[in-house]
Amino acid sequence: MDFISYLINGVSLGSIYAIIALGYTMVYGIAKMLNFAHGDVIMIGGYICFTAMSASGNPWLGIILAVIVCTVLGVAIEKVAYKPLRQATSLAVLITAIGMSYFLQNLALIIFGSSPKAFKSVVPFEPLVLADGALTIKAESIVTVICCVVIMIVLVNFMKKSKTGAAMLAVSEDKGAAQLMGINVNRTIAITFAIGSALAAIAGVLLCSYSPTLTPYTGSMPGIKAFTAAVFGGIGSIPGAFIGGMLLGIIEGFAKAYISSELADAIVFGVLVIVLIVKPTGILGRPIHEKV
Amino acid sequence: MALLEVKDIEVYYGVIKAIKGISFEVNEGEVIALIGANGAGKTTTLHTISGLITPKVGSIVFDGKDITKVPAHSIVSLGMAHVPEGRRVFSQLSVYDNLKLGAFTRSDKDEIDKSFKYVYERFPRLEERKKQLAGTLSGGEQQMLAMGRALMSRPKIVLMDEPSMGLSPILVSEIFDIIKTISDGGTTVLLVEQNAKKALEIADRAYVLETGTISMSGKASDLANDEGIKKAYLGE
Repeated sequence: MDFISYLINGVSLGSIYAIIALGYTMVYGIAKMLNFAHGDVIMIGGYICFTAMSASGNPWLGIILAVIVCTVLGVAIEKVAYKPLRQATSLAVLITAIGMSYFLQNLALIIFGSSPKAFKSVVPFEPLVLADGALTIKAESIVTVICCVVIMIVLVNFMKKSKTGAAMLAVSEDKGAAQLMGINVNRTIAITFAIGSALAAIAGVLLCSYSPTLTPYTGSMPGIKAFTAAVFGGIGSIPGAFIGGMLLGIIEGFAKAYISSELADAIVFGVLVIVLIVKPTGILGRPIHEKV
Repeated sequence: MALLEVKDIEVYYGVIKAIKGISFEVNEGEVIALIGANGAGKTTTLHTISGLITPKVGSIVFDGKDITKVPAHSIVSLGMAHVPEGRRVFSQLSVYDNLKLGAFTRSDKDEIDKSFKYVYERFPRLEERKKQLAGTLSGGEQQMLAMGRALMSRPKIVLMDEPSMGLSPILVSEIFDIIKTISDGGTTVLLVEQNAKKALEIADRAYVLETGTISMSGKASDLANDEGIKKAYLGE
């Protein structure tokens, strides 16, 4: 029974990583940049939800406000910090992203203070007790996994069927050629940030419901892990983010349970290194073709 | 009035002046060839017309509208399509999806279906391979796809950048035959080519570009018989 409960923990943690990883992978795939501030958007989402819930007591209001604020924030970050650097070197963009990450952390520090907030779970259900009490599944775990699967299905269909999805695929492959099709590249990139940041808000709310301590640095480690998950699965690939997130969560869960909770992160990153040695583009990554 | 009018444009890459004040015009229904050596500024000229680059000086008027500062993505719906150098098909997408992206600015499904029919009639090979990923096509097929994709926007004018580049002689002839049928179908063509011989064969008029300026222009048949052109560009 222990094994199953560790597995469930891993899968639900993995679901959160997967939702965050989607933001990294979509932005990377389409704008060809690593948005290191993505993890901190999660944290902002957590604070917005916490504040709205404390004031109104209504979790739905908290979730909706978090999604709205994060979406606007994501688009604003792109417009202010990244768009002016569209022609700059990728290193300049990377450094700007790291700067933006610290900016958001410090902004949260000023507004919300450094003392941890005790986040009240948005999931109002009782834990599920199975096998005469031998197995207890937190309601948060179930909700998280369902959210992740629904988001994946919606996103994959959105990319396949919608016009915006087609534009995103075109921009991800060749910005210049996409423009020649009549696609507004800047608008497409802004939409990508909007989707990624809305997902970050949902991830933030789920993450804080799952482990209820909220500080300005809450988004930082999950952000890095989700980025790892995105690379793991093959950065740029949406199903890759899902698989990478799940695997990362499960490996972390088992490592914590069976080996050592201190070493868990080292093991997770160790596995990543091995995967990248064997398959440098990640599990579902496409081989990189040199342009001739 | 000309369909496309390029007036005294100057284009810079940083401090380097790539286009040094060129002017030309394309009338409706014409095939115009822009020939010249590598680095003469042919591709830059096409990029400037389709809005990928903004000229520092000069103006571009298309179909009575000043498009000098209009961004590339807004120019497509005005009736201009650009077949870029090196084809630049979306290699991870299917042939069908590539063509569909060509019709991105349009929304009338019935009319788009008609365009599919029109393109498939001209390029039967694309219909046979519509489910195949564009990256797996041969060079000639990719060129056909790039041209078909451009036609999907129902353009008044198509700009073509080196459509014969890297193709076998048989395919080159095939591509030029297709350009001719596109023109016969009523679409105006502005063609950039290093294969000056073939280009002058199908063009009505031509301009010779030399390091950022137009050194010569006239009827294509006259230019094809010009001794200087023969020596410099036709290898005779």
